Amino acid sequence: MYRYNPTDQQLVDDRVAQFRDQMGRFLGGRLSEDEFRPLRLQNGLYVQRHAPMLRVAIPYGTLAAPQLRKLADIARRYDRGYGHFTTRCNIQFNWVRLEEVPDILAELATVQMHAIQTSGNCIRNITTDPFAGVAADELFDPRPYCEIVRQWSTLAPEFMFLPRKFKIAISGGAEDRAAVRFHDIGARARHAADGRIGFEIHVGGGLGRTPMVGRLLKDFLPREELLNYFEAILRVYNRHGRRDNKYKARIKILVKDLSLEGFAQEVEDEWAWTRGGPATLSEETFRRMEAFFARHDAVPAPGDDLADDPARDRAHDRAFSRWQARNVSAHRDASRAVVTLSLKKAGVPPGDATAEQMDGIANLAERYSAGEIRVSHEQNLVLPHVARRDLPALWRGARALGLATPNIGLLTDLVCCPGGDFCSLANARSIPVAAAIQQRFDDLDYLFDLGPLELNLSGCVNACGHHHIGHIGILGVDKNKEEWYQVTVGGREGEGAALGRVIGPAFAAGQIPDVIQRLLEVYLAARAEGEPFIEVVERIGLAPFKARVYGAAA
Amino acid sequence: MSRLIRDGQFIEDCWRWLDADEAPAPAPGEHLILPSAVWQAHRPGLDAARTGVWLAPDDGLAPLLPWLATLPLIAIRFPVFTDGRGYSLARLLRGRHGYAGELRAVGDVLRDQLYFLQRSGFDSFALRVDQPAEEALAAFRDYRWTPLSRG
Ligand code: SF4
Repeated sequence: MYRYNPTDQQLVDDRVAQFRDQMGRFLGGRLSEDEFRPLRLQNGLYVQRHAPMLRVAIPYGTLAAPQLRKLADIARRYDRGYGHFTTRCNIQFNWVRLEEVPDILAELATVQMHAIQTSGNCIRNITTDPFAGVAADELFDPRPYCEIVRQWSTLAPEFMFLPRKFKIAISGGAEDRAAVRFHDIGARARHAADGRIGFEIHVGGGLGRTPMVGRLLKDFLPREELLNYFEAILRVYNRHGRRDNKYKARIKILVKDLSLEGFAQEVEDEWAWTRGGPATLSEETFRRMEAFFARHDAVPAPGDDLADDPARDRAHDRAFSRWQARNVSAHRDASRAVVTLSLKKAGVPPGDATAEQMDGIANLAERYSAGEIRVSHEQNLVLPHVARRDLPALWRGARALGLATPNIGLLTDLVCCPGGDFCSLANARSIPVAAAIQQRFDDLDYLFDLGPLELNLSGCVNACGHHHIGHIGILGVDKNKEEWYQVTVGGREGEGAALGRVIGPAFAAGQIPDVIQRLLEVYLAARAEGEPFIEVVERIGLAPFKARVYGAAA
Repeated sequence: MSRLIRDGQFIEDCWRWLDADEAPAPAPGEHLILPSAVWQAHRPGLDAARTGVWLAPDDGLAPLLPWLATLPLIAIRFPVFTDGRGYSLARLLRGRHGYAGELRAVGDVLRDQLYFLQRSGFDSFALRVDQPAEEALAAFRDYRWTPLSRG
């Protein structure tokens, strides 16, 4: 993992002091609300429905055990004992007190963390594949590049006041697990024919009010030009992106207005100047960064064996093998595995973890995963370096913490934003709808039989729950001040990325479990052996689903 | 006291700012800052050493480029502090086009942005009138680090 050098530490310490001063001036009435707002947003501080919300950055979703313990500590001391992991791999505290935020930032700085640029019209936290560095299909590890881009974008003086927020994802796998085509810039690892390392660059993707799949801007960008080229894109966007209408201010609208070719030409002109310039990355920089992310090849301490467990019986074995089937993924080293801890237990808001769970996970990570934890954009936590022989012991530990629900990639592993219970932008609540779905579909045999299925839920068009890319998507809408829910089908991320299509008029919250039930019935009747939900949708189209949900009237 | 910061201190401003509808008629020895369009129209008849240009965030740089070596001052106007276009104009003038004269931030210039403005290439700052002087000078020391890309 990356470790701060004195410069990084100075930066976050200075930032704490600066923000403490800004907060003091705001509370003392010397900084107006309008002038304070962009400053606090650049520090991840929102004013929410009930209380201020603080969003803490988890750069490319990677946490060390002491960092997670610190988050637990903050949850306990400054919040109500829990935190919410988001679809952008950050963590949110929903009940902080305004005047305590500088103290929280100071606490974070002691473990090399901060809340810089987790909101506001600036370059946001960089995201990547939660399996980065351990996935078997990886061309190369994207994390050194994530860290380089993190350093470049943190307090980048030129880009603190962009037309709108700006999200960057970088992925290294043959399979895209970072949804790169749904980011303002998405970079995918590529090797040129001559073996050079670089990236394929997509631009203008994103969800929200105007969802778009990113467009291919450049087939191959040599890695040493990464920052020069990103700077060129950002400068074109900063100068020419719309600022008159916040709903048309994202880079995707600029790309559309200029046409992809027109936009690409502007970027090339700008890049022609920066190319080979002072921000060109050296081999030495790559080597230095790669060293931080060297593989964890040390043999882990011997763990317990399943046979040692006194409680072991057939039901126990079955539960373990179910967990193994869903929550354990291949590591590129066959003696190891990648374990996903489910934050999707029925009755708990998706993505929430208590302070006790965070402490427990930190302990598990130290014992079984080289002290490292990842946050996935599906709002689960991942232990990336687990020795296979430790799986039974880890499973028991996770189970004791309520984190071993064997549902990863299944219907109840649903992605859900905080919605109307917390968020002041919401049209509708999302957590109760998620709970109703998890309650209705609680039969594991049924869920396993359904197979891979992604369900995403957002409380408004801002799409923090990524509903557009759910195989089934649910969007909270407001109709005459009432909460309604629009259902989409057929969204998907990764290869063949697509946006879901609306199946028809919206539903009341109480109808949603039935609607899903009907969608599933159509699927089960139509599927061939082993054919997943999304492929059936793509094969038979929306009509049969609409007909079943709305009846003849549709 | 003047509201202009240069080289870490407040100095007397010797330039007179002209809006688009004002005639570019300097008193003897007077220094003027003209809107880009006015400057383009009247440049040949004016004393180059006493004539600067100001740019709105959406003004292009092309008309200025042939004259950068002799322009004593370019001011970039921030209509609101959250309009970040001026930062990129500054970077372009300094980096891409090698402009070495005075580069002034004008308009909604607040102490909380001074550090970033300076890092983007501005070297003089016409503070908004309500900004406390001592705090503004201190703001240049908000950070003590150097970003990677500018190494
Ligand atoms: S999708 Fe809407 S309701 Fe949900 S968190 Fe985002 S802004 Fe709030």
